Amino acid sequence: MLDQVKRVLLVLSGKGGVGKSTVSTQLALTLKERGYKVGLLDIDLCGPSVPYILNLEGHDVHQSAEGWVPVYMDSEQRLGVLSIGFLLTSRNDSVVLRGPKKTSIIKQFLEDVYWQELDFLVIDTPPGTSDEHITVMENLRQVPQCSAILVTTPQEVAIEDVRKEITFCRKTGIPIMGLIENMSGYECPNCSECTNIFSTGGGQSLAEYAKIPFLGSVPIDPRVGRLAGQGLCAVKELPDSKTSKVFGELVTLLGENSNGVN
Amino acid sequence: MSSVPDNAPQHCPGTQSEDAGKASACAGCPNQNICASGEASQPDPAVELIKQRLSNVKHKILILSGKGGVGKSTVTSLIGHGLASMSPDINVGILDADICGPSQPRVLGVRGEQVHNSGSGWSPVYVTDNLSLMSIGFLLGSPDDAVIWRGPKKNGMIKQFLSEVDWGDLDYLLIDTPPGTSDEHLSAVQYLAQAQVSGALLVTTPQELSLLDVRKEIDFCRKVGLRVLGVVENMSLFVCPNCKSRSEIFPATSGGAAAMCRELRVPLLGALPLEPRLARACDSGELPLSAPAAAAPAANTHDALREILDKIVAACENSSN
Repeated sequence: MLDQVKRVLLVLSGKGGVGKSTVSTQLALTLKERGYKVGLLDIDLCGPSVPYILNLEGHDVHQSAEGWVPVYMDSEQRLGVLSIGFLLTSRNDSVVLRGPKKTSIIKQFLEDVYWQELDFLVIDTPPGTSDEHITVMENLRQVPQCSAILVTTPQEVAIEDVRKEITFCRKTGIPIMGLIENMSGYECPNCSECTNIFSTGGGQSLAEYAKIPFLGSVPIDPRVGRLAGQGLCAVKELPDSKTSKVFGELVTLLGENSNGVN
Repeated sequence: MSSVPDNAPQHCPGTQSEDAGKASACAGCPNQNICASGEASQPDPAVELIKQRLSNVKHKILILSGKGGVGKSTVTSLIGHGLASMSPDINVGILDADICGPSQPRVLGVRGEQVHNSGSGWSPVYVTDNLSLMSIGFLLGSPDDAVIWRGPKKNGMIKQFLSEVDWGDLDYLLIDTPPGTSDEHLSAVQYLAQAQVSGALLVTTPQELSLLDVRKEIDFCRKVGLRVLGVVENMSLFVCPNCKSRSEIFPATSGGAAAMCRELRVPLLGALPLEPRLARACDSGELPLSAPAAAAPAANTHDALREILDKIVAACENSSN
């Protein structure tokens, strides 16, 4: 399974709506910009967001002799995407599945997709510590070079759930690469006063408390929010934004890490 | 919904079918005898038990959203407090069905409380005299503890919460759920099948990213036959505390909840603004609407909430007549 994938990055968070999918897609897009071959797998079966964010809604997944062929963002096939969203006929359709069915779909996503050779496979997960996560962990245990990136927002309500996710990673033995704090402040476009809508500094202190690396904080930036739905890369479109800086640094770090291993 | 178990042999007719235990596919199935005896087609005894247990609860409302982090728990607690503050005679209970990420104990400011077991069942934690809460958060030893459970175990917990909590007489029971359309939601709906649920309240934020998942939740409600009481749009506008200018942090590029509600023909109950003080009140577990005037959320949050409450009360009264 995933023999041709050099490195797997799991994007996790106990809490929903903190920006897992935004982080996953921006990370994948930034990696692609830097010239890596990237796969993006969306295992949020009940609420797949990746097809919308990347403007790939309505595309179909094709079956080939080697397995499912992911949907490619570009003609050079440097960013392949797979999500249950591609298998639904209408965007209003719900996927009402209990755990065992979700487990078997995720297994198929992990085993039967023809990714070809990849430098990075980014896996976007749903919130929680349940079926999807347990299944992914169990299957990825055999895959070397797998690590988790945690996403949080600064408020206590989110931090509390992310602490549970850290415990989950430790219990299942997956190395945590670090923590990203999203939505950390908002600069009023009118008076430039920065408001900490969802409080501040929570991510940093959680990283210190749990002794995991802090990968940076991303502010609320409506310009980045607007990129969702267009499939555009923040690093390319908004090179001067704080978001681009954080993702640029993260990808540099990933590049160094994998060179060190190879 | 199909009654074929997930581990059933191929061509299983389903445990509720007339052919259960009698079809050719049943030969060799370890559960053939149970199916053939007709025991499996009996409704789950828990459904009847839950109906009995919740017979003193007038209105049961599920708070749903396909998307996470849109404010289900915040809206639930606001509505809970709001309903309870209408009159001391109105009793409100909140059940936190989010097993993997319980937020209600923090939002309601009752972290670290203990749940007691008595002869009549688990007694919930009382936030105020007429607002009580039950959450798995009370059963965990430390906030770092993760509940790493697959579906069936979560279902068992929800069954216990519904059948064993001693709520007493309640006017409203609000059930706060995790994001998605999966085990917790199916179980809650199935266990409450006989208990007459008033309906579901959906929470969303204005962006298409969130509406996309809420559309799925509305489809879920239709599939399981749950009435949609209405949609609450949360975090809809941000008023800068410094210059009072308004800005859309989560822009409603596709028309927001209003356009979705028109398209899918569900009522829109109202919109709550993005309020940093409300977020802080949630973190500290303060009662946001009766906090000292200086710290209280702006009046428009208050008015918007009042309007939403009135509509919920009206919708519930309608459904019970």
